[in-house]
Amino acid sequence: MIFLDNLINGISLGSIYAIIALGYTMVYGIAKMLNFAHGDVIMVGAYVAFCGLQYWGLPPVAAILVSMAVCTVLGVTIEGLAYRPLRQAASLAVLITAIGMSYLLQNLALMIWGANPKSFPRTFINSSIINIGQLNVSSATLITILANVVIMVALTLFTAKTKLGKAMRCVSEDRGAAELMGIHVNRTISFTFAIGSALAAIAGVLLCSSYPILQPTTGSMPGIKAFTAAVFGGIGSIPGAMLGGILLGVIEIFGKAYISTELGDAIVFAVLIVVLLVKPSGLLGKPMREKV
Amino acid sequence: MTKAKRKRLILNLVTFALVIAAYIILQSMIAGKSISRSLRGQLVPICAWIVMAVSLNLVIGFSGELSLGHAGFMSVGAYTGAVVSGWLLHAQNMQDTTLRLVLALAAGGVMAGVAGVLIGIPVLRLRGDYLAIVTLAFGEIIRSLVNVLYIGTAEGRLHLSFLNKEMPEGVQMLVDGAKGAVKIKPIATFTAGFVLILITLVVVLNLVNSRAGRAIQATRDNRIAAESMGVPVTKYKMMAFVTAAVLAGMAGALYGLNSSTVVPTQFTFNQSINVLVFVVLGGLGNVLGSVISATFLTVLPEMLREFSDYRMLVYAVVLILVMIFTNNPTIRAFADRLFAPLKQLFRGKKQAGGDAK
Amino acid sequence: MKKMFALMLALAMMLACTAAFAEDDVITLKVAHIGPTTGAAALYGQATRNGAELAAQEINEMGGKYRIEMINEDDEHNVEKAINAYNAALDAGAQMIVGNTTSKPCEAVGAQAMIDRVFMITPSASSEAAIGMDGNGDDSVDNVFQVCFTDPNQGAASAQYIAGHALGKKIAIIYNNADVYSTGIRDTFVKEAAALDLEIVSETTFTDETTDFTVQVADAQNNGAEIVFLPMYYTPASMILQTAAAKEYKPVFFGVDGMDGILDVEGFDTSLAEGVMLLTPFVATGTDEKTVNFVTKYQAAYGVKPIQFAADAYDAVYILVAAAEKAGITAEMTEKGDEGTAEICEALIAAMTEIQVEGLTGTMTWEASGRVTKTPLAATIVNGEYVFEN
Repeated sequence: MIFLDNLINGISLGSIYAIIALGYTMVYGIAKMLNFAHGDVIMVGAYVAFCGLQYWGLPPVAAILVSMAVCTVLGVTIEGLAYRPLRQAASLAVLITAIGMSYLLQNLALMIWGANPKSFPRTFINSSIINIGQLNVSSATLITILANVVIMVALTLFTAKTKLGKAMRCVSEDRGAAELMGIHVNRTISFTFAIGSALAAIAGVLLCSSYPILQPTTGSMPGIKAFTAAVFGGIGSIPGAMLGGILLGVIEIFGKAYISTELGDAIVFAVLIVVLLVKPSGLLGKPMREKV
Repeated sequence: MTKAKRKRLILNLVTFALVIAAYIILQSMIAGKSISRSLRGQLVPICAWIVMAVSLNLVIGFSGELSLGHAGFMSVGAYTGAVVSGWLLHAQNMQDTTLRLVLALAAGGVMAGVAGVLIGIPVLRLRGDYLAIVTLAFGEIIRSLVNVLYIGTAEGRLHLSFLNKEMPEGVQMLVDGAKGAVKIKPIATFTAGFVLILITLVVVLNLVNSRAGRAIQATRDNRIAAESMGVPVTKYKMMAFVTAAVLAGMAGALYGLNSSTVVPTQFTFNQSINVLVFVVLGGLGNVLGSVISATFLTVLPEMLREFSDYRMLVYAVVLILVMIFTNNPTIRAFADRLFAPLKQLFRGKKQAGGDAK
Repeated sequence: MKKMFALMLALAMMLACTAAFAEDDVITLKVAHIGPTTGAAALYGQATRNGAELAAQEINEMGGKYRIEMINEDDEHNVEKAINAYNAALDAGAQMIVGNTTSKPCEAVGAQAMIDRVFMITPSASSEAAIGMDGNGDDSVDNVFQVCFTDPNQGAASAQYIAGHALGKKIAIIYNNADVYSTGIRDTFVKEAAALDLEIVSETTFTDETTDFTVQVADAQNNGAEIVFLPMYYTPASMILQTAAAKEYKPVFFGVDGMDGILDVEGFDTSLAEGVMLLTPFVATGTDEKTVNFVTKYQAAYGVKPIQFAADAYDAVYILVAAAEKAGITAEMTEKGDEGTAEICEALIAAMTEIQVEGLTGTMTWEASGRVTKTPLAATIVNGEYVFEN
């Protein structure tokens, strides 16, 4: 019973990591950069949804849509202003810019929304408790898991079937060749950021529905964990992000429940290290090619 | 002496000259009491951050591996330094602060070096971003472990416990779990920091310009080519990694012994990132650049104090703009044209300091 | 560059000094507030800054013998930055310090201020180390005084209250093991609970980065705890209450002073906190004249309800003035730079043990160690309001 309870909690936490990790992995796959500001876009998404629900009195679905729209615009703007000028630069320069962007978003949030934490309001997502046998499962848990599956299937279909999705795969495979084939690389990358940021908004809402405290730093730790999850599953791979996220969540909860809450995070990272030593490119990652 | 060699020699001399000149100026300002408290208080941390930046540059700039856990080594050094210094004082009653500081720094370096070997063995099997994430993971693991570590001294003996605080009566706590290293007697001095910087520069510049250093850079530029030329890649990468860890440990000990307390939360992932920013801004493989950018970026937030709460906002904007302006090809080309006459004068020097990747 | 910076600072200092000369009868005290006004602990630093500012304003409007000029420095809840902030404050001419808001920065700055002879009163750094005490009864700093309770004090008081009111025998503790405040209270609570024959059935931890509390709550629930002791600030506490509600687990939640503020979190469903008990010296919903005045003004000025930190800092500034009056700080002392600051420090230290201050957070007196004596009140949350027990 306790085991099942922990398992469900783990999958729920992991599903949130997975959705965030999707954002990391897509951007990495295409732009070959670690977008460290992604966790902070999640925070912004959660704040916008909070404003929608609390101040503007929007119905939950509308609040989520507004938040997705704002994050999409934000993501594309960040990409256009800060990352695009560095497209040809060394990857570390882009990494530092992303870190600067992360500081910027956190401090802007501190200015706009203040330091006092907000509690994310109750919506249809987390308003009820469902009893399955002796298990009490929050509706937020079920909706998070469900949303994760839907997003994952939709993204897989999107990249496999649509023209834009194929363009994204092309750019990720070989940017130069894609350009030669007439694919608009910049537009494709912008589009990837748009999708990643819209997902970040959803992740923000789900994160704060399960763990309702909202502060300017809310996105950082889940962001780092999700980044870890993306690497765990093999960065650049969409099913990998999902698998990595869920495993990470389950390991975190089990580590805390059965070994020690003090060492919970250490256990997560230790498992990550062991996995990477056995499979150096992550669980579902493509092995790196080496050219001579 | 070849031209390239001479150029490198000049650059190294300039680095040393600048560091020594800065030290002399600052010391005379301290002697003449014309230095603000604020700047004076930052001198030792600046020294520590310079050593951190130069040592990380050895890993990232010369060895070409992105490490995101450098603060972990710093924390190992800081804790070891605090424990050794505290034990020498309380248990051995050693009053000589200079000797205590030297022993503490050495111990900090050794412990961080041991951690470097233990971490380096698995880590250096990996490549690129995977290596980065594993160093990040190690940094976080070190922090979690230090958070549940208790060390005390009583009757000349060290008592150590893990997870649970089990200490004899009347023990003098040195490391107290989440409370960090406590009751440190601050013995770090600016002169010690200066000497540590010199040691770091000598070690790093010599290593880089030696046979081993050329091998390290060869593995960075083309691992497969280097391997096929018979260069033992892992050995050399390990050499760079462990050297950097030792130096970071010594910087940590210096940093820790500069204040009365040290907490695990001071050495988070964010701190590693900060050092990374120093290195990238200063230029990969550019030692002088690391020295200057570490100094500048440590002092900058303090100079921005008049912006009060907007300080970090301004810092973030400056960081982004600097990265864009120094790395965007269009802007760079424009700047190059603008400074073309100046460039003629210093031709060649720029290339040695340029982005090595 | 550095030289220029130093020169500019020196100039600023000179200007500041000449400005101070202009006053005649009134004596202006330059008080620096040091706390984390940005970063992850900004909530607390901004609260203490606002509270101190409000008190300074009132004091200046009342027009007594002393006027307060506030200097604000940000320490980002980081030991290195705290020392920088402290030095910057002294460069700006500060003569005494309200700060630091959080324990570790306070400990580091206190040790430095001890050497420099600068008087400090911390609104909210509650560890024993913040006032220089260690476990062996050694008091290494004499210049730092507290407005809030020390952590051990709270831990013992909580255990005594639980045992004295027979709230239950089986206790679970959830605490932040990366936080000095939380571990400090937990340590003495455990010790005291053992002496009082209370059984601790579950003990779990979290850190500042923890988002998920299901394991901690489930452990308490599965071990049949009747009371869950939460020595922590209200932010994680609100998450724990929410998690427990989702698991339909309803023990008595027992908090400490950091829990105050939970009812004012925007969007928080106060029904989750129904029945929560806490020991605290101050609540924003208090009905006495002082509290009402403070809360009204604070809300008007900063748009949020004050938390206990703000009240502590507000008291701290009034305490400074009371001590200055007792010590008879003269205009001459305030005009002598470092030497004067040291004189002020000695005079204030001597005065602190002799004064009694009626503040927002109770009637306070001080021991020479810097520890405050005041009585915590036990409150229960009923219908979204605190109800005090007399």
